[in-house]
Amino acid sequence: MRTPSGLAGAAIVALMLVLAVVGPPIWGDRAELIDPVAALQGVSAAHPLGTDNLGRDILARVLVAARLSLLLAALATAIGAAIGVVLGTLPSVLPRRLGRLVSSTVSALVAFPGLLLAMFTAVVAGLGARGAVLGIGVALAPAFARLTQTLAASIAGSDFVAAARMLGVSKATIVRRHVLPNIAEPLILNLTVMIGASLVGLAGMSFLGLGVQAPGYDWGRLLFDGFARIYVNPMVALGPAFMVVLAGLGFNLMGEALAKSATRSTVPKGAAPAAPAPEAGEADPEAVLEVRNLTVTFPGGVTPVREVSLTVGPGEIVGLVGESGSGKSLTAYAVGGLVPYPGVVGGGPVLLDGQDVHALPATERRKLLGTSLAMVFQDPMASLNPALKVGGQLAEVATVHQGATRAEAWQRAVDRLGHVRISEPARRARQHPHQLSGGMRQRAVIAMGLMGVPRLIIADEPTTGLDVTVQREILRLLREVTEESAAATLFISHDMAVVGSLCDRVVVMYAGRVVEELPADRLVSGAAHPYTRALVASVPDMSADRSLPLASIPGRQPGPAEVGEGCAFAERCALSTDRCTATRPPLEEHGKAHRVACWEAS
Amino acid sequence: MFVLRRLLRFAAGLAALMAATFAMIHLIPGDPVRAALGPQAPPDLIAARRAALGLDDSLVRQFLDYVGGVLAGDFGTSFLSGEPVGQIVMDRLPNTLSLAVLATLVSLLVGVPLGLWAAIRTENGRNRGTEVGFTTGTGAAVAVPEFLYSIALVVVFAVVLGWLPPAGKAGALSYLLPVAALSIGPAALIARLVRAETARELGKDYVRLARAKRLPAARVHLGHVLPNALTATLTTGGLLLGGLIAGSVLVESVFAWPGLGMRMTEAITQKDFPVAQGVILVYGAIVLVVNTAVDLALAVLDPKSTIKES
Repeated sequence: MRTPSGLAGAAIVALMLVLAVVGPPIWGDRAELIDPVAALQGVSAAHPLGTDNLGRDILARVLVAARLSLLLAALATAIGAAIGVVLGTLPSVLPRRLGRLVSSTVSALVAFPGLLLAMFTAVVAGLGARGAVLGIGVALAPAFARLTQTLAASIAGSDFVAAARMLGVSKATIVRRHVLPNIAEPLILNLTVMIGASLVGLAGMSFLGLGVQAPGYDWGRLLFDGFARIYVNPMVALGPAFMVVLAGLGFNLMGEALAKSATRSTVPKGAAPAAPAPEAGEADPEAVLEVRNLTVTFPGGVTPVREVSLTVGPGEIVGLVGESGSGKSLTAYAVGGLVPYPGVVGGGPVLLDGQDVHALPATERRKLLGTSLAMVFQDPMASLNPALKVGGQLAEVATVHQGATRAEAWQRAVDRLGHVRISEPARRARQHPHQLSGGMRQRAVIAMGLMGVPRLIIADEPTTGLDVTVQREILRLLREVTEESAAATLFISHDMAVVGSLCDRVVVMYAGRVVEELPADRLVSGAAHPYTRALVASVPDMSADRSLPLASIPGRQPGPAEVGEGCAFAERCALSTDRCTATRPPLEEHGKAHRVACWEAS
Repeated sequence: MFVLRRLLRFAAGLAALMAATFAMIHLIPGDPVRAALGPQAPPDLIAARRAALGLDDSLVRQFLDYVGGVLAGDFGTSFLSGEPVGQIVMDRLPNTLSLAVLATLVSLLVGVPLGLWAAIRTENGRNRGTEVGFTTGTGAAVAVPEFLYSIALVVVFAVVLGWLPPAGKAGALSYLLPVAALSIGPAALIARLVRAETARELGKDYVRLARAKRLPAARVHLGHVLPNALTATLTTGGLLLGGLIAGSVLVESVFAWPGLGMRMTEAITQKDFPVAQGVILVYGAIVLVVNTAVDLALAVLDPKSTIKES
């Protein structure tokens, strides 16, 4: 509501209401004063908007007409709302079949132009204000019925309605006691927009000569009278037109702001602070992917990823694990240069095959990442474009980055689909994603990454949405693809069992930092950080005592803005000491290929 | 299966429409013939007109005659001029349809690029200024009715500047103002819709994947996002055509455009009920045809939408 347009709308509406109240008493006499000498005058000091055929002052008439115009609009809205609420709630009260008939009639009427309904009603009800008000009311009813129905349906699905139904409360009572009170607020908010619509609609009816008849006058009627003289005195018509626009706009803006105010959330503001850039360490010449002190910052100083360093060798799969909010996905996206606005990536270089990705010129970076980065997301249905053929989505990589012709690219796409063991690849390539099974879609996404020469594969929970058997096949495929292309794979997951069996190495993240890094085969027996151990312990295995509740970690991970001086895990840690809460432990060597950030690591 | 069901619904809609227009004449309080001819009309003329219209037969008989007549192309005769209503429709309809079709095209051609541009520019909450400007501007544009645009355009371009003809249908230039007046609101509406749809699509994984593939921005937006955002747009675009055909009634009045709408307004004010009845029936039938065609076109373009419905 506090948006500029909402406030402007409210101000206009307030002005109109004041005008409707004080207009007739103040200017009423002047508006009716017949002065044959001054008939049909144009703009003058005495008559700023001119005079009509009886010499009456148009400005006064426009100001006085506010009352009738608003009154008729309110009446039409009331009629529309009354019919709409009845039609909208009937389907939930009537027997099933009858209710469905009502709701499909409403759907048909919603798709029918309101003006036609209004005209039809006006013919039946007769020319004049009564017919126009009824007509506009009828025209507004279907949309209001649809809104009521949608809102009522959401309430009808809630627990307390289900409970009432189970207690044998009648349908009518449920609607009256539970549904209507709960949807009243959004309905009432929508009335504001409806008043604007009926104001404009009534002006239209009167303008056609189907609404208010002389000697009565609303804005539409004044427009009707003035339009005949528009070539001589345009102001005569523009005055009432301006009022219709202003009032319609005011109600519309205010109504929209009201309707939005319930759901609106504010976006945090503020400039991104410069991320600290600690010195880079020694580069590993063997590594495919080398990341030093990577940081991701959002405006307002929120830093969900802090000084993360990673090294992945050729053909190696490194698991990135941690609870949601630990920064594991964002780390991977930062490596791939895909951090969403307004995030800012800072820190040391991201080296892919020894090349600093972020230091490359933009066009070269596009080409390098376009052909050497493969991404696999959690939901394969969402990551394929539903409107395009599967083959085309693969082929475009080759046409855009490798200069292939369409035919060559298509051929390669079919070949790649076959490579990931999709049967009948030529036929599948011509299909749309929704014609493929979930497992097949995920294979197609992996095949997309194989269109180029993948150097870095980022797999973000690629098996979470799949059946267990399909899961296993996708994991096997991921392993094969990594090995044959000697790529570096970052496997993001919170499933410790999958990580333990698939990955070579595991990087554990907590509150944006790496807290432990160790070979995957030592995960179960050799983890040194209490957080890693807790994660491992939360995985049920065959020997777990089913009568005990699943082990879980008490407490909550601090948000990226809440991290203090000490160890972020200290609050939830059974071993924590004063030192842990005061000073953050650095990530240090802890035996061969093992690093841990914990003061108490044994 | 879907096509059959949709066609059945079309037939039901048409039947309901005919019942409604038939009932219209009978719902008018008093004697429509007397209302039309005025209180001074001689009784034997009224009786003759009533007999000619079959108003003294049983209701069922009258309805069957009406439906039979309509299906055979007989929409009745004007009370006042004696012209067959079918002839009036044939003369006037092309003028109305050409306005509505042109206005639909213009609103799509303006609204879709505008909405796409706004969505991309304001993605993830950047460029707040553009967002506020776009929302306020299109919101205001939608709130102003087409006949007021017409009046404003007439005043500016015909009365003050004198560049374009103020009224009537004569040559291509005479189309400019009515089509503009009809298109501004719908174009703004489509722009808002396309922006909302596009913003939703931009957040999806397939866009992230397309960006991960480092496709050029134009290809991501036009090749990947637009086809998905367009389904909803086409639905609205179709409904819009129906709305524009009806909305042109007012615009025709302003521009003295020799279309069906102006004839309908005349008929209603003159109480020439057979003409009003026939024209409303034709308008309604066109809207039904357009809505059905949009649904069928969508079923072909986007098979998922039909699966969802059934």
